[in-house]
Amino acid sequence: MAEPLIVARQLVKRFGEFTAVDGIDVEVQPGEAFGFLGPNGAGKSSTMRMIGCVSPVTSGTLRLFGMDPATHGSQIRARIGVVPQLDTLDVEMSVQENLWIYGRFFDLPRAEAKRRAAELLEFAQLTDRAGSVVENLSGGMKRRLSIARSLINNPELLLLDEPTTGLDPQARHVLWDRLYRLKQQGVTLVLTTHYMDEAEQLCDRLVVMDQGRIVAEGSPRDLIERYSTREVLELRFSAGTNSDSITGVHGIGDRQELLPDRVLVYAHDGEAALAEAHARGLQPESALVRRASLEDVFLLLTGRSLAD
Amino acid sequence: MSTNFLRIVPTAYATDSFRVRRPQRMIERHLVAYRRQWLIVVSGFFEPLFYLLSMRAGLGDLVGSVSVGGKAVPYDAFVAPALMASSAMNGAIFDSTGNVLHRLKYARIYDAALATPMGPADVALGEIGWALIRGQLYACSFLGVMAALGLVQSWWSLLALPACALIGLAFASVGFAGTTFMRSWSDMDIVTTAMMPLFLFSATFFPTSSYGSWAWVVQISPLYHGVALVRSANAGVWTTSILAHIAVLVGLSAVALFVAARRLDSLLRK
Repeated sequence: MAEPLIVARQLVKRFGEFTAVDGIDVEVQPGEAFGFLGPNGAGKSSTMRMIGCVSPVTSGTLRLFGMDPATHGSQIRARIGVVPQLDTLDVEMSVQENLWIYGRFFDLPRAEAKRRAAELLEFAQLTDRAGSVVENLSGGMKRRLSIARSLINNPELLLLDEPTTGLDPQARHVLWDRLYRLKQQGVTLVLTTHYMDEAEQLCDRLVVMDQGRIVAEGSPRDLIERYSTREVLELRFSAGTNSDSITGVHGIGDRQELLPDRVLVYAHDGEAALAEAHARGLQPESALVRRASLEDVFLLLTGRSLAD
Repeated sequence: MSTNFLRIVPTAYATDSFRVRRPQRMIERHLVAYRRQWLIVVSGFFEPLFYLLSMRAGLGDLVGSVSVGGKAVPYDAFVAPALMASSAMNGAIFDSTGNVLHRLKYARIYDAALATPMGPADVALGEIGWALIRGQLYACSFLGVMAALGLVQSWWSLLALPACALIGLAFASVGFAGTTFMRSWSDMDIVTTAMMPLFLFSATFFPTSSYGSWAWVVQISPLYHGVALVRSANAGVWTTSILAHIAVLVGLSAVALFVAARRLDSLLRK
């Protein structure tokens, strides 16, 4: 196996008394799409900032391309692309200028920077907006421009911090398509997300983070098989009776989970579980049988839903 | 091993942060960004010019001449170098406070730059370099106007340009360092409040002697040392005190630059 691109051992990040990242071990192989999954405050962004060499490691070791960010930050950053959680596009410049000026920060010759800028505009489907001021772009376009900008140095590793948060479904799908193409070109992707569908779509392997720690690791499919049943029955009861209903479903399926707005029943066969609930005389306002997702894995591992 | 590691990391980071490789990239970014805002750049030239014209028209006849290092010079030729020095200060402060605060906290230009091989020292020096370039443009054009109005005394006056560069360096560094401590736009009022007395009490409009027993207060003002330099250059009168003025401005620049790069590092690399 090739040497891992990222190696973290017992990685810790503290801000004063607060421990944001609490001793995580991570390895990312070249060409992999790797995800950090977790709710807000789980330590994903702090981890990403350390990997992006803009945040010093408190303790533990971190190596990218075999180099230490503390001593070779600049050299490492020359080989990675970063899409931050909030766009840091330059609003005083046009779309095109945003790209080639950023290329200059990587010491690209001006002609080369402009050539790549034109290519990336094509890739990000922004060619017809090349001369526009950044402020006039839609959220999805800004995000695509951020991704295009992060690619100006032909990075071997692309870091994406919640790439599609705040975008409408259509814009998300366009973005996923672009990321998928990059992956096919051999770019290593590391992303954070709190969207299950995003993790399932994009990640070969992911870790679930909670309160600064890694609570599970594997492929999306692995994790679902390991931590959840095949299917889930979702029952909604009329307002106020939700919490009383949990006793009613007791014993149905493998596990039951009470959420503020619904009751989840984990079962191999969701329809059978629903039939049993009806047989017991339960009268939910609505019932839904679906396949288990990463959301369920997270709920089982941490006792909390990702939306918290 | 782990405690040893802890001790090494911050210093190792510091060396990476303080290495200067490509500050000129920041300047290049500004050149492109200001292509759309050239009017703002041009406007900076007019304020000191209006001051100069009003002083010449209004006060010149009333005051007569003033002594610079024992040499009598007409009042407008006395005030002009001080206005030149003040505009060097104003330009440097303007570029290194409000604009920097905007890029640091709101536009997040520096966050974007630091995700590249650029480091905090590149950003700080690039910003200060930009302020210097802009300041030199104003200084050159101001000197041109002075020459046209017959206020330039000799070829020595050309040394007013490096003097203004030094003033620009000192105030841009101080401005940048100060801005890293600002929390929001309201802190910009402090800058305005601090600059007014500097402008008025730096032997700008009167010689030091007219401050009487309060003359020592004037010497605290960094601008005073800048005014003295530009004035000496324009009059072509050189004394050993020039070295002290240069030393004050160089020292101030060095300390402020160090603080600026350090603060920028701790702000952006949390």
